[in-house]
Amino acid sequence: MQPIIEFEHFGFQYDAQAEPTLTDINLKIYPGERVLIAGPSGSGKSTLASCVNGLIPFSYSGSCSGRLTVAGVDAPHSSIFELSKHVGTVLQDTDGQFIGLTVGEDIAFALENQCMPQEQMHKTVERVAKLVSVEDLLSHEPHALSGGQKQRVSLAGVMVDQVQVLVFDEPLANLDPATGKQAIELIDQVQKETGAAVLIIEHRLEDVLWRSVDRIVLMDEGRILADQTPAQLLCSPLLAKAGIREPLYLTAAKYAGLTIRPEMRPDHQDTLTLSKEEKAQVRRWFSEPLPQSKAPAGEPLLEVRDLTFGYDPGKTSLENISFTLNKGEMVSIVGRNGAGKSTLSKLICGFETPRFGSILLEGRDLAGDTIKERAVSIGYVMQNPNQMISQSMIFDEVALGLRTRKLPEEEVTRRVHEALRICGLYPFRSWPVSALSFGQKKRVTIASVLVMQPQVLILDEPTAGQDFRHYTDIMEFLRQLNQQGYTVIMVTHDMHLMLEYTPRALVFSQGHLIADLAPARLLCDEQLVKQAALKETSLYSLATQCGIEDADGFVQHFIDYDREVRG
Amino acid sequence: MANSSMLTYLPRGSFIHKLTGTTKLCFFVMVSVAAMVTFDTRLLAVLLVGTLVLFKCSRLHFRDVKWVLWLAFIFLVLNHLFIYLFSPEYGVELYGSRTVLFTLTQRYTVTSEQLFYHLNMLLKVCTVIPLALIFILCTDPSEFAASLASVGISYRIGYSVSLALRYIPDIQRDYHDINQAQQARGVDISGKDKFFDRLRGSVNILMPLILSSLSRIDTISNAMELRGFGKNPKRTWYVQRPFKKADWAALCAAVLVLLVTLAVTVHNGGRFWNPFV
Repeated sequence: MQPIIEFEHFGFQYDAQAEPTLTDINLKIYPGERVLIAGPSGSGKSTLASCVNGLIPFSYSGSCSGRLTVAGVDAPHSSIFELSKHVGTVLQDTDGQFIGLTVGEDIAFALENQCMPQEQMHKTVERVAKLVSVEDLLSHEPHALSGGQKQRVSLAGVMVDQVQVLVFDEPLANLDPATGKQAIELIDQVQKETGAAVLIIEHRLEDVLWRSVDRIVLMDEGRILADQTPAQLLCSPLLAKAGIREPLYLTAAKYAGLTIRPEMRPDHQDTLTLSKEEKAQVRRWFSEPLPQSKAPAGEPLLEVRDLTFGYDPGKTSLENISFTLNKGEMVSIVGRNGAGKSTLSKLICGFETPRFGSILLEGRDLAGDTIKERAVSIGYVMQNPNQMISQSMIFDEVALGLRTRKLPEEEVTRRVHEALRICGLYPFRSWPVSALSFGQKKRVTIASVLVMQPQVLILDEPTAGQDFRHYTDIMEFLRQLNQQGYTVIMVTHDMHLMLEYTPRALVFSQGHLIADLAPARLLCDEQLVKQAALKETSLYSLATQCGIEDADGFVQHFIDYDREVRG
Repeated sequence: MANSSMLTYLPRGSFIHKLTGTTKLCFFVMVSVAAMVTFDTRLLAVLLVGTLVLFKCSRLHFRDVKWVLWLAFIFLVLNHLFIYLFSPEYGVELYGSRTVLFTLTQRYTVTSEQLFYHLNMLLKVCTVIPLALIFILCTDPSEFAASLASVGISYRIGYSVSLALRYIPDIQRDYHDINQAQQARGVDISGKDKFFDRLRGSVNILMPLILSSLSRIDTISNAMELRGFGKNPKRTWYVQRPFKKADWAALCAAVLVLLVTLAVTVHNGGRFWNPFV
């Protein structure tokens, strides 16, 4: 069989960069194959995908070497239009890629550009819409849809052409865990129905492996590190070397002293087969006592009482929310998009005014305080650092909040330097912001909030879009801050983050606080998991398989052990 | 975000809404040309009554367009003021007679001819504005680009216009978020601070806003190219509707208006109807 995509000694260098981003790529992908391209940020995995769909070199210019053939076409020497006939691409940002004003128009966009007669176009759109079950939404606005529906629509938009290759660039970013799971199921279903080859670019290995893939191509520093079946790769040390997180159930199995072998079918939590001895070994590991992590016993710091809020009269986004945070706590706020998580942080920061109820800080009602006054004790870090950074130099950016408060310049310098030191940015203090990576920019925004010395830090998706290495960096840094006495609240979709770093989770669903408990317990509670659009942890199924009844105890044991091991 | 100041599509389901975008655009252009050409007050009065009837039929309300009308009114007053200030005798020149009503200064006398000229100008503008509003507010934005393309304007231009309109709410939302985050850091543009501080505050919001808008543009243009936008000189449209009897009738009416205007112009021996001789 002819490969549908073939890289031969392929290399690519962006015009603006001194080093090549891809070096000596040799890769064959056959029709109908499902391939996961994994790798840390900056490994070149997105660049590789852009070469396949033609964004490189036609939108982002640079020089190619070697050969790349896509569906028999010499890709770097054809055109983006020629390639778009064979390759459909779903970009990372589902919101940003909608072109049409209605779902129908958006799906039809490619057909319009091909001058397909209208009648035929309507038929094609209907057929494809049925395939991904959005046929009832054709007249809706794409932006008003749920995250999962958006994914379906953008997929339909590239499936109207009979493409032979489907490329998904980080399809799981910004999706809540349950929707992410459905997205992977959808990709699997569409692949089976169309027979197209599928390329998934992701660093979240465990989530993609919810449905099976044929191969994993592991990339690091612009080269292919491994090109193996999932089962083989999961048994090799290469994943850890490239900084990709292996599935948690495998980490747990390794902690228990097991050696992972391909014949254990480790690529899926349900197919993992353990022998009797191995199960016993996992149980023995579970029964080993560990030093208990002590709960912080601080006094109440932030109290929320009967909070009710709605953007439009007659509708409520939050209803009767009450909880208390103690000094020095670190908590996660979880739930599906639109459940009221962000609204809660906006109310605490004073961006919105509650209809009823009150928010108290150290027993004092914040109702009369302006945003500016609250900012002294409550720091808010947005998800996207580019939306926060307004100065061109790092020092000025961090100093902004102090300077607007007219502090003397020596005091400003002292406090900025201190904040930069805490965030590990002191060596960069005289650099321009534009020279930093996304993760470093995130630190700058955290520093610019820390400099105000708030008692509470609220972070919206602190690790969105970060690979495992940067995730660990940011989270360890936040943990240090927490240990220094800062109270940290994080709004997140990341179940790993919640499980590993926060002893307490507030679960929101449709404007209600439906649970307030330990994450280990939450992720073993099927009912709650479903209601809040979360995903059960794979540790749960491992526990079940090994005959451990106390599943949340097992999960907690894993977290505690993990903390010991990783220090 | 409901915003009455924005000129956005109002789906009210009148017979005018059911016409195709192309029909509405052609009708608007032809009748506007007629209204611009003729200075025959009788004809202008008829056209004005006609467009006001159409406005009523389109189920638009005064409150939908209050803001735009205010703006138009201010411009209209300024426009007429300047016409009078710069050429107070223009009407006299046009109509060839001089009937002085009263004198303000030596240069500025008020003549019937000048007032009559202003009346005609006013009638023209009052005819065109409701027509433009009908076109903008009763045309589904999805059809907007298609209707521009059907009268020969490049679809790339039509699409950029409709995309720009589409992004206004997104950029408003970005602005809102960025503004709040900046306020939390003590940057205040809400009025309590001095003017200079507020100005500096606005700059602080502008930079992240521009950056985030640029990245939006980058994403959307990639998405469009990947799906073949700009491949062919022409494209078809998913929402373009076929011409129906009503469309042909509307076009005929517009042509009729043009013909009548032409006939009146020929009959008057020029664009002007002169009641002063």
